[in-house]
Amino acid sequence: MRMSASAGPHKEPPVLDLLVSPFSEFEFMRRALVGVIAIALGGGPIGVFLMLRRMSLTGDAMAHAILPGAAVGYLLAGLSLPAMTIGGLAAGVIVAVAAGLVSRFTSLKEDASLAAFYLLSLALGVTIVSLRGSNVDLLHVLFGTVLALDDGTLLLLASISTLTVMALAVLYRPLVLECVDPIFLRSVSRAGTPTHLIFLGLVVLNLVGGFHALGTLLAVGMMMLPAAAARFWSSDITMMMIVSMLIGIASGIAGLLLSFHAELPAGPAIILSAGAVYVASLLMGREGGVLWLLWPGKHLEA
Amino acid sequence: MSAPATAIRFDEVTLGYGRRPAVHHLDGNIPAGSLTAVVGPNGAGKSTLLKGIVGTLKPLDGHIRLHGPSAGIAYLPQAAEIDRSFPLSVYDLVAMGLWSRSGLFGGISARDRAKIEEALSAVGLIGFERRPISTLSGGQMQRALFARLLLQDAPVILLDEPFTAIDAKTTADLLDLVRRWHDESRTVVAVLHDLDMVRRIFPKTLLIAREPVAWGDTPEVLSADNLLKARRMVEAHDPHAHVCQRGAA
Repeated sequence: MRMSASAGPHKEPPVLDLLVSPFSEFEFMRRALVGVIAIALGGGPIGVFLMLRRMSLTGDAMAHAILPGAAVGYLLAGLSLPAMTIGGLAAGVIVAVAAGLVSRFTSLKEDASLAAFYLLSLALGVTIVSLRGSNVDLLHVLFGTVLALDDGTLLLLASISTLTVMALAVLYRPLVLECVDPIFLRSVSRAGTPTHLIFLGLVVLNLVGGFHALGTLLAVGMMMLPAAAARFWSSDITMMMIVSMLIGIASGIAGLLLSFHAELPAGPAIILSAGAVYVASLLMGREGGVLWLLWPGKHLEA
Repeated sequence: MSAPATAIRFDEVTLGYGRRPAVHHLDGNIPAGSLTAVVGPNGAGKSTLLKGIVGTLKPLDGHIRLHGPSAGIAYLPQAAEIDRSFPLSVYDLVAMGLWSRSGLFGGISARDRAKIEEALSAVGLIGFERRPISTLSGGQMQRALFARLLLQDAPVILLDEPFTAIDAKTTADLLDLVRRWHDESRTVVAVLHDLDMVRRIFPKTLLIAREPVAWGDTPEVLSADNLLKARRMVEAHDPHAHVCQRGAA
């Protein structure tokens, strides 16, 4: 069966053909590839910081919070990139700030207030979308359309990941220091609070980007799953971010191929691939993977 | 020689949480280059006092004035406040002491690297550079934090219970650094519980039990009478406490 493919003009071995031809033959696959790489480059390191700052669920909550904003954009302008982007950004920022204020000025902790706000947002968002749209539109908003990325969206995704990587490079020291030893940071610098706010802004920005490709429910998957998997491969934060990016890119490619050959929906296939990498890392990862914990080998002399 | 300059001046300082004072009407000053122990029972306001000096806690009343460069305080909080699970190497943790010079994104020069090496060697952590901080013992972590203090090169150094749960050998090594700072005329203030250590090494002592009990030369401050007074401090909040009128007239 593969014979016919190898007999084609490319002369590639069958396995390589299976991996390459979807991208070489179809433009929408190439666009999707560019999109997921951009998402992985920005989301990977953001996810690592979310995880290390014990904010993994915050990312999830923010992702849901974006929905009503994007939905309002959709209500006003239909499936329009700028309207839904601006709406999503606005909603994300409002919820982040509101949750921050509530936790600062009341006895409710930030995670509890975020949970309250994102549940409200999710319900509000689904309601708004269903006011005007069909179920197809709702599915689009919830699960994204990674196989239908147009030029504008690709440009947005690329800009977001570029901005993210540059901002993280600038903020690297205070971000790390605020996680490890916030008191020390406060004693040497006032950068703590602005850093935290800019970081939250980057989280929202990446979620809005991921939202166009993967939808509000799955966007956070490309942040947290690669980051959580990377934790099992390195105990150094720089390495962890690189591994997280690579895992994100690999899961993106694997998910697209899986969806192409097995005719699965692309967004979930990408997240499932990332999930598979996570489970494999959990079992085999060199830094505290389950198998290494079960069979650590005989102890050393010193 | 004239009277030494003041490093930290307290004007009727009250520090606390909500409206409850944890340090009540502290007045006096810490001379530049002095080596002062802060002693008192648990809950006496010792850590609160250091937070007030660093500026993370604003006084409810009165003023704390720092003389000298504003970025000149190195502060070692109690051990529990650092996230030890964070994937950071000992080298990077110690290098953060250079913050005041390198700032957000200044590079680390060859000279800085030499300084980091020197600090690591001064605390006996050569060979630990690449170890993640999660693998350090309590004593090794404290050594690393002292190396960071060394790099901060600050004229004023505040230590909050630096030797709690630290073994004798490490304590002795780190005390040598405290002595070295004193010899270099830095101002050192340390919260301590070991009164023998205070008597041996710290010329000045502030005995505090929410109210300052005694402040001055260590042998006089740590008299049996004063210690008894400090021990009588009432820790519980008084639900019927009146608004403090001291200094209002």
